[in-house]
Amino acid sequence: MTYTQSEIWLIIGIMAVGTFAIRFSFLGLIGAGAIHPLIERMLRFTPVAVLPGMVAPLILWPTSAGGEPTLLHFMAAVMALGVAYKTRKVVWGMVAGCAVFYGPLVIGLL
Amino acid sequence: MTATTTKSAYWAGVRDGLPYIVMVVPFALLFGVVGIEAGLSMAQTISFSVLVIAGASQFAALQLMLENAAIGFVLLAALAVNLRMAMYSAALAPHLGAAPFWQRALIGYLNFDQSYMSSIAKYEDNPQMAMPEKVAYFLGVALVISPLWCLFTYVGARLGATVPSDIEVAFILPIAFLSMVAPMLKSLAHVAAAVVSIIVALSLAGLPAGSGLLIAAVCAMVTGGVVETWTERAKP
Repeated sequence: MTYTQSEIWLIIGIMAVGTFAIRFSFLGLIGAGAIHPLIERMLRFTPVAVLPGMVAPLILWPTSAGGEPTLLHFMAAVMALGVAYKTRKVVWGMVAGCAVFYGPLVIGLL
Repeated sequence: MTATTTKSAYWAGVRDGLPYIVMVVPFALLFGVVGIEAGLSMAQTISFSVLVIAGASQFAALQLMLENAAIGFVLLAALAVNLRMAMYSAALAPHLGAAPFWQRALIGYLNFDQSYMSSIAKYEDNPQMAMPEKVAYFLGVALVISPLWCLFTYVGARLGATVPSDIEVAFILPIAFLSMVAPMLKSLAHVAAAVVSIIVALSLAGLPAGSGLLIAAVCAMVTGGVVETWTERAKP
């Protein structure tokens, strides 16, 4: 990370204000018109629109492996996704993904 | 409404908030560990959790900061993850819009996935609830979760300083993101949005960090909206 201390605080500050503004928006404006149905429809997709695109390069081209795909990174990702999808529980996906990725390392330490 | 029913609504909220602890505690720990490992100070890591209280977007900001993305892109991508909460705000407004300003401001601060989802389900099942009860219930859920979120971020940050630096801690982030997204893939439209996000992000990976992601996110949101409209029309 190459940001200065004040840049990091700036990021935190703007995220705090921005997040509050988003959350308070309609609660704050009494009598504001309802959100447009088309906009509402798109807003619902923001997490599934942002997170997969953020993750894909990290899985396929991990910087720790010099940007080359590795079986370990890939398997950990598949397990996390598969288990979280099947169980519908975020925690189990995390447990499965971490077990695959960090398991061999932990066993090696024992 | 009497103080008794308001109080019992608060405790009903507390009760419904308890199961979320299982998820909130590990995530908060993780944010603390990864925040410190990424190079944030203790104060910065904790401020993130106290001021922002939005897990996915905090992790997203951290990931882009690890990639040294331009500050504008860090903010845009991380705040984009939170845009869905404008929808929460709009959905809560008919129920809580009549509350005093300071209560609405507090609810705005605490308006995250778990507090929203529990509350809106409760309000819809119990239309006879009075407004102060609705406020009390919301705060009951939220105030179980948010102090733990902050406390365990601190615990995680303390732990983070002890994790050996040769362990690839940062790979927890993609594992966490995938685990968060998978349960959200509830319909064809959600899957389509996710696939478009991946394809566009990968093909624009050569652009400055964070910029391709924003284009990917916009394409994916439009895709989600369009596919959902189609599938609804296809229904008889």
